Amino acid sequence: MANLKELAGKKELFTGGHRLCAGCGIPPIVRLVLRSTDANLVASTATGCLEVGTTIYPYSSWRIPWIHSAFENSAATISGVETAYRALKKRGRIPADKETKFIAFGGDGGTYDIGLQSLSGALERGHDFLYLCYDNGAYMNTGIQRSSATPMGSNTTTSPAGEVIPGKEEWRKDLTRIVVAHNVPYAAQASPHNWKDLEKKAAKALAIKGPTFLNVMSPCPLGWYSKPEDSIQLAKLSTDTCYWPLYEVEDGVMKVTYKPREKKPIEDWLKPQGRFKHLFKPGGDVIIEKIQAQIDREWERLLDLEGRQIF
Amino acid sequence: MTDKNNEELPEGGVIHEGGNADSYETGGWRKLRPVLDNEKCTNCLICWVMCPDSAIIVEDGKMVGFDMEHCKGCGICDTECPPKIKAIKMVSEEEAD
Amino acid sequence: MATEKSNEMQGLTGNSAVALAMKQINPDVCPAYPITPSTAIIETFSSYVADGEVDTELITVESEHSAMSASIGAAAAGARVMTATSSQGLALMWEMLYIASGLRLPIVLTNVNRALAAPINIHCDHSDSMGARDSGWVQLYSETVQESYDNVFMAVRIAEKVRLPVMVCLDGFITSHAIENMATISDANVQDFVGEYTPETSLLKDMENPISIGAMTLPDYYMTFKKQQSEAMAEAKDVVEEVSAEFAQKFGREYGLLDSYELEDADVAIVIFNSATGTTKVAVDELRKEGFKVGVLRIRLFRPLPHAEIAAALKGLKAVACLDRADSFNDFGGPLFNEVRSSIYDLEDRPKVISRIYGLGGRDYKVEDAKSVFEELLKVVETGTVEEMTKYITI
Repeated sequence: MANLKELAGKKELFTGGHRLCAGCGIPPIVRLVLRSTDANLVASTATGCLEVGTTIYPYSSWRIPWIHSAFENSAATISGVETAYRALKKRGRIPADKETKFIAFGGDGGTYDIGLQSLSGALERGHDFLYLCYDNGAYMNTGIQRSSATPMGSNTTTSPAGEVIPGKEEWRKDLTRIVVAHNVPYAAQASPHNWKDLEKKAAKALAIKGPTFLNVMSPCPLGWYSKPEDSIQLAKLSTDTCYWPLYEVEDGVMKVTYKPREKKPIEDWLKPQGRFKHLFKPGGDVIIEKIQAQIDREWERLLDLEGRQIF
Repeated sequence: MTDKNNEELPEGGVIHEGGNADSYETGGWRKLRPVLDNEKCTNCLICWVMCPDSAIIVEDGKMVGFDMEHCKGCGICDTECPPKIKAIKMVSEEEAD
Repeated sequence: MATEKSNEMQGLTGNSAVALAMKQINPDVCPAYPITPSTAIIETFSSYVADGEVDTELITVESEHSAMSASIGAAAAGARVMTATSSQGLALMWEMLYIASGLRLPIVLTNVNRALAAPINIHCDHSDSMGARDSGWVQLYSETVQESYDNVFMAVRIAEKVRLPVMVCLDGFITSHAIENMATISDANVQDFVGEYTPETSLLKDMENPISIGAMTLPDYYMTFKKQQSEAMAEAKDVVEEVSAEFAQKFGREYGLLDSYELEDADVAIVIFNSATGTTKVAVDELRKEGFKVGVLRIRLFRPLPHAEIAAALKGLKAVACLDRADSFNDFGGPLFNEVRSSIYDLEDRPKVISRIYGLGGRDYKVEDAKSVFEELLKVVETGTVEEMTKYITI
């Protein structure tokens, strides 16, 4: 387990000068994950904030070999890269002296929705790679459209809080469970505020041979209508309210890695975010209760699974 | 900056110098500027790990200042600086100048 | 196994010939997804992998979209990459075809031509590859099993020289499933011909100096890269000629950009792709015996379009029918018609050109069909007027 001094002493593989928003939750995640291993890294990124914001020609923030090809195929693209690595190594065309690991990045749109098939395929085929989803809960890059990761009640540009419909009506898709059902050796949820937990999980995932998965909460001041300086605190609140439980499933065994001493009410997370503003108007309490009930149910389910072989 | 119509540009839009965004300034986005109180800072480096813009300069394990070319003034460093320390505060650019 | 024989005649289907060519090339990576009628290419190649006859890394992806995505990833990483598909599979790759060419990746894809749904149909027509004609891929069309086999080798050389992906097209079921007696090339000669693949740039080449591939380019740069791509495509025409000439010199089989048959003194001609050329040649032979000056022009290279060569080949003719096994649904003839007609526009005394759509969804195209087109053309010459510029035939 590295401390911050050691981590800060390592080379910055993800430079400043990118065009992601002030207060964006993605860069702290990426910076930390890229530091969590000493292996060579190669990354693919799905079309989205991370891709657009970090590689506006002729500039790139990536000090590792990096590729973007399209939106729905970060996993398929990295599976090609990883396979080429094995092929070229086998044939002696690239040096085999240092271990190389592969990471596919994607937002929730590129992972939960349009990229789900290619993610599933790559996991099933067992490529040696980490898939990292930065989940900011909507299609933020194109202007805050709802995704299947968008929280219930959220106001987005395609699930607007209107006179009749109060924002997104559906509960979010539980992607991490879907990934776990692929019997991958390691899958976890993390959050940038808990850097120790995130670093540990990333290091673990990258040390494993085979497909691994990290689903990381990524606050978005633009789409959450929140203050840029609050991003990390909002990430923390997502775990303190148990909206975003931190857990890992290693070789099929569930471990909840963070249990808040006192589970905070979901209002604490909803209130600072403008996307839930309408829920604090008359009638909104019904929806908040519904959200709270679902969170409670899922948290209990998770605690029930604690320590158990779930796959 | 390369010539935009230069036909000798690397094929397929490949960027041959990964990390060259380092030379791109985003400091101009800033409305608020972080100011460090050296006396209070304990070099816990929480600001460094949370900074979205790799704009906390760390030398020999010590927080030595901000990279103003990249800092967008989001204020995360100020918010995340532990409550008992509070070594960073955000001031308006005008005020700072 | 039989395929170990070299420079010998063998009876092979188009699919097994392509699979054999891929085996002899032994590419680094082959991402693949099965689809009729190209499935046997992937099946046969999978057996080669399973039996250790090649050491290619096979990725059995979950869709054609991922097949092309993985091809792009592997090619960007510096691997020699080949795959195969048909019809809906090519359609599903659509988005990625443009990205493969835009990123200048020399992927070789065999497309076994099949109709596009709806209605769903598994048989031959050219709707799939015709639709991909503007995707920035070099397109080679193959008349026979022999040519399909030979084109695969040449495609590798062409792709790697101009750094553009190449699509080798052959007719579904007609060429892909019919056994033809053909000459194979020895493994050693194949390896000698295709050579080592050493790309100048790749993701994995220099980890110390990492590159970024697939960056966002805005209006200030995008067009420059498109111009480069366009110039590479123009260069590809010369490269196809050079590689084909070298192939002819080494293996004795000559392929041009176009294949002219009895055109020199012809009054009228049919312009066509792929396997239907043979049927048309039979009609030419029969009509020639009756004294009619008829000929055929087969297009082997469609992207880039050898427009000057097409104009030169059709110069002096009086009427030409372009036979498209695909419709553009533009109420103005098929894609071949439009491009050939445009190619000859600057000829001073240009022939009349008509469009005939034939053989969609595997509909038979017979010698009589070719003959009736020639009869129409002769009538156009006789009367000086075109009664129907665009028409469906074989229906």
